[in-house]
Amino acid sequence: MRDIFTLSLIASTIRLATPLVLAALGGLFSERSGVINIALEGKMLAGAFTAAAVTYAADTKFGLGNASPWVGLLAGLVAGLFIAAIYAVSCIKFKADQVVSGAAINILMLGVPGFLSGAFFLSSGSTPQLPKDHLLPQSPVVIAITILLLVAVIWYVLYKTPFGLRLRSVGEKPEAADAAGVSVSRLRYSGVLLAGMLAGIGGAYLSIGQSSLFTRNMTAGRGFIALAALIFGKWRPVQTLLACLLFGFTEAVSIQMQGAVKLPSGEDIPVQFINMVPYVLTIVVLAGFIGSSRPPRALGVPYQKEK
Amino acid sequence: MKKIARELLFPLIAVIAAFVVGGILILLVGDNPITAYRLLLGSALSWPDGIGYTLFHATPLIFTGLAVLVGFRCGLFNIGVEGQLYIAAFATAWVGITLANRSSWILIPLCFAAAILSGALWAAIPGVLKARFGSHEVINTIMLNFIAVSLVSYFTQYHYKVPGDPILQTATIGPGAHIARLGKFVPGFPERIPLNLAFLLALLCCLLVYLFLWRTKWGYEIRATGSNPSAAEYGGISIRKQIVLAMAVSGALAGMVGINEVLGYRYRYYDGFSDNYGFTGIAVALLGRNHPVGVILAALLFAVLQHGGIYVDGFSENVTKDIVQVLQGIIILFVAAESFFKWLVGRGRPLPRLRASE
Repeated sequence: MRDIFTLSLIASTIRLATPLVLAALGGLFSERSGVINIALEGKMLAGAFTAAAVTYAADTKFGLGNASPWVGLLAGLVAGLFIAAIYAVSCIKFKADQVVSGAAINILMLGVPGFLSGAFFLSSGSTPQLPKDHLLPQSPVVIAITILLLVAVIWYVLYKTPFGLRLRSVGEKPEAADAAGVSVSRLRYSGVLLAGMLAGIGGAYLSIGQSSLFTRNMTAGRGFIALAALIFGKWRPVQTLLACLLFGFTEAVSIQMQGAVKLPSGEDIPVQFINMVPYVLTIVVLAGFIGSSRPPRALGVPYQKEK
Repeated sequence: MKKIARELLFPLIAVIAAFVVGGILILLVGDNPITAYRLLLGSALSWPDGIGYTLFHATPLIFTGLAVLVGFRCGLFNIGVEGQLYIAAFATAWVGITLANRSSWILIPLCFAAAILSGALWAAIPGVLKARFGSHEVINTIMLNFIAVSLVSYFTQYHYKVPGDPILQTATIGPGAHIARLGKFVPGFPERIPLNLAFLLALLCCLLVYLFLWRTKWGYEIRATGSNPSAAEYGGISIRKQIVLAMAVSGALAGMVGINEVLGYRYRYYDGFSDNYGFTGIAVALLGRNHPVGVILAALLFAVLQHGGIYVDGFSENVTKDIVQVLQGIIILFVAAESFFKWLVGRGRPLPRLRASE
């Protein structure tokens, strides 16, 4: 067991956890404002595809060179924001069921990247390869510092600013917040849109940071792992970060071990069981076996202003 | 009659609206929507291939649509149909492989039982978790989907794969477990088309689900729980029991996909076989207004799209079969945001809102 805790494993844990942290912290804003976010997966896909496509275009068509991944990152953010806007309007303005709309977004985004890449790149769902030096920074130290700063900022915003207080209050008791003169729908829009931006960046990091192109369904459930981390982290920023690191670690182990992990006793743990860890932990913690994980009280309930 | 027309009107609007949005997207990527849609829809009516494959694709969608429907009627969102059908398909194949030498009289009932019971049991887990600990079935069924996929992939890879086979699939089931393809009974219908008896089973299930939900005490209690849980509880119905029962019935229906896939089509478990059947089932149930007849119609529509997708891929320049998923996503969005159309039209009385995730 000792030799799996190598430096390279720590580095790859940080790298793999990054998209999860971004998406999960996005989900945090949305869910703390009372809007369920099972659409993180779709938003990540939107961000990943757009970032890769735009980086490629910036590089080859506009000759932006080293700046192109940053343009791509911004485009990924905008794509996440755009998808989140559709989701927000449907859930908040038209009071559609949040889970149904979220599922719709996920299905839609399984198709859209393939549809667009078929038309633009004449490929079956992937974007062209990007040159290695035109990607986002991958140094674990740089990423780790960025992520820590981000978590600190989000913690501060959520717990120490009036915006954060109001956001949390519309997720817990929207009637009370409304009575106090807070606009429930405006705060929920902010929560969902912030989630879209962060998930979009998370997706972008997947396609133009961790790898160098977009491939069909490249998130492969990471949006749901982010959701799991959010629940496992009890809807709190620091715990969510730790949960993402844990889930990033399980992914790093399953990649590094290429098939099976050897126990000291010589037995194998098949990679499938390592992959299951985040999901099993989430079910266990949600059932209250390890402490209790209580969702925001008004989560998933559209707010109907009293007339 | 008027009521039926009203029920049909809204889904029809949603479908047409989705096709309009899809058409705009096709125009944007520089192709002709009319040509693309002709390819997408036109191939479905040819005899025997078009009709045969469309009905074959509709079979799993009827099962998954019914599964989602039963959950919805109890106020539950079973987003875990995908995982349930994987577990069930593997269990079906496992029985078919383990008892390969037995005769059809024993093997087929046992395989059916394996599909139905394993699906029901897997779905009962989130039911029990909700009933016992109050944890949200949406999260748990999502998590269980991933667990199911990993679990069956593990058993296939480590225990049931034929050594040396490069494909992740099990050995074949015994010939006694095969169920007949419709080509056996229908003159002029070739047996190479995999449409099989499971299609008739799917239609039978529509009838059974209708009778169960609207003609039995159990079904009544499930619907009462779904439409007003506190009133149901006040009326002496045990909500916890209904939740577990509805999830189990839902999972049993999802499990029957395994009958079509393993006993009627591939005769083995093939890892990753499901073409998003579970998630399409959500679209089928919603578009079908959570009614068995609606489920048949919606399943047929999505089956036509799925079959037509192959032709779009092959014959059109810029449009790929991904258009099918795009249309499906837009349809669900429109169905979910029903009040969008009310707002668009600016009149009409509000319809009861779907309460799936509360």
